Amino acid sequence: MNPRYSDRRRFLKTGVTLGAALAADAGASLAADDAKPAVQPPAPDDPTKVQGKRASAYGERSRFENAVRISQGQSSLTPLQAMTGIITPSALHFERHHAGVPDIDPRRHRLMIHGMVDRPLVLTMDDLKRFPSVSRIYFMECSGNGFRKRGVGTVQEAHGLTSCSEWTGVNLGLLLREAGVQSGATWIVAEGSDAAKMTRSVPIAKAMNDVLLAYGQNGEAIRPEQGYPVRMFVPGWEGNISVKWLRRIKVVDAPYETREETSKYTDLMPTGKARQFTFEMDPKSLITFPSAGQKLQGPGFYEISGLAWSGRGAIRRVEISTDGGRNWKDATLQTPVLPIAYTRFTYGWKWDGSEVVLQSRCTDEHGDTQPVVEALIKARGENWSYHFNAIQSWKVGKDGNVENALG
Amino acid sequence: MWRTPLARVAWFLTFSAMLGMSLPIAAQSPTYGLGRAATPSEIKAWDDAIHPDGRELPPGSGMATEGAKVYAAKCASCHGKTGTEGPNDKLVGGQGTLNTAKPVKTVGSFWPYATTVWDYINRSMPFDKPGSLSPDEVYSVTAYVLSLNKIIREDEVMNAKTLPQVRMPNRDGFIGDPRPDWESPHTRTTEPSKQ
Repeated sequence: MNPRYSDRRRFLKTGVTLGAALAADAGASLAADDAKPAVQPPAPDDPTKVQGKRASAYGERSRFENAVRISQGQSSLTPLQAMTGIITPSALHFERHHAGVPDIDPRRHRLMIHGMVDRPLVLTMDDLKRFPSVSRIYFMECSGNGFRKRGVGTVQEAHGLTSCSEWTGVNLGLLLREAGVQSGATWIVAEGSDAAKMTRSVPIAKAMNDVLLAYGQNGEAIRPEQGYPVRMFVPGWEGNISVKWLRRIKVVDAPYETREETSKYTDLMPTGKARQFTFEMDPKSLITFPSAGQKLQGPGFYEISGLAWSGRGAIRRVEISTDGGRNWKDATLQTPVLPIAYTRFTYGWKWDGSEVVLQSRCTDEHGDTQPVVEALIKARGENWSYHFNAIQSWKVGKDGNVENALG
Repeated sequence: MWRTPLARVAWFLTFSAMLGMSLPIAAQSPTYGLGRAATPSEIKAWDDAIHPDGRELPPGSGMATEGAKVYAAKCASCHGKTGTEGPNDKLVGGQGTLNTAKPVKTVGSFWPYATTVWDYINRSMPFDKPGSLSPDEVYSVTAYVLSLNKIIREDEVMNAKTLPQVRMPNRDGFIGDPRPDWESPHTRTTEPSKQ
């Protein structure tokens, strides 16, 4: 309920002239987002007195729901403030691509597995779907999420390069065993079918462990922007390594030092040396309600709510501070609490109407706790930009307006 | 007793069964038998990611003088006339800046392997026509970018043998991953298994 708070406020504000006012409101935001005509018929005064719509072939959300991704051309940001539970709808899963979203006919798509294997293979999508399958709920986060925009904007604008889906596919280790990995193999190189032929190296131990070749997302085929018809999904690791539109895996004896693992996705330290192959995503949490851009109606009860995750395992604890980090109290973790997935946390809170700074910090199963931004800068200087997981602060003003107060 | 042929067969079968038990899926034969064998020509056609030792580099060659023409026609509009003007990634300069407050990361100052330059140009560039350059053109543009950075001379020929031997200035500029590297309010309880 709470993540939609600003929409609900809009409802309440419009009062008895609800129908007309809301139609105009929804129309206006549609026009802003999609340049569609603003004309929308009002909802009936009493929906119990008229027949509703007939069944449809492919469902749509209510026309009164308008949370959308913010497109930046080569990426788009998930509206985290509008999410409930832990699953991101596929249509709102963040995007990042380096040469656009390719248009691929699954009947013509081929996956080749070759290199240091006994039996180089070519698989069609039909072949791939005949192997034993698994479904897993995993978050994904771009390792560039959050740093450059720290302290600026809404939770979507500052942190929207993360999402969480149920992914269905084949365990890559099973396919590699099927091809027969030869001794001396230490890495794989994965290549996409986009116009960048995006390529990354993955250590063989990870490739044989929990990597999926995913063709399903949230119960249907994976979306084109997520790698249709098949992507590699590397659980817990930076999003870039989960190569989309996967067409080739070569089993090799060294990392290939591709552009995406040398020039990009490396972190420059003050010494001038750069950290490389920084794969895992660190523990991170965000309060999504109340968050910047939202407004509290007045003193009283609110349920603080948010998301926590760690690339190294399950979330064990989330703490909330309502006084800018001086005192911390445990939030409630909603089940399910899954490894390498979003965990939804909540915390009942009575706002007394004064100016406050809200923060959350999570701890994962290894005992690693999300740091303050100063701790990260102390450890790494200012010239890095990936793997930013600092505690986010939201300032609630006396007027109820919430602002970004990090850094 | 192992000297008779029959006994040898029996021993072999027993030994194979033991191997099979200890290596349930590994090694000898596929479990599912799905898909088909990749042919050598298919593999050759797709096998274009370049190992740092250059083993996949194709025949062909090029020099900076030839690369300058290709660069002017197909690269300069995004990367600038001399590789420094942008608007997209700077390719030239920045050496000696990585440990300063304003590091400039370019091919010359940051990229650790010359093979990566060839590979990235070959697979992803030019942005509006990726994969359209011939191997000779990729060798020559690579040579041009390296020579602009004064890593090779203008008259040096780049090919499958010479390119992997180019030593990039930042070849030793990369280190491992020490995370978690921050001071934490709580004490770490277990050591995550490193993959």
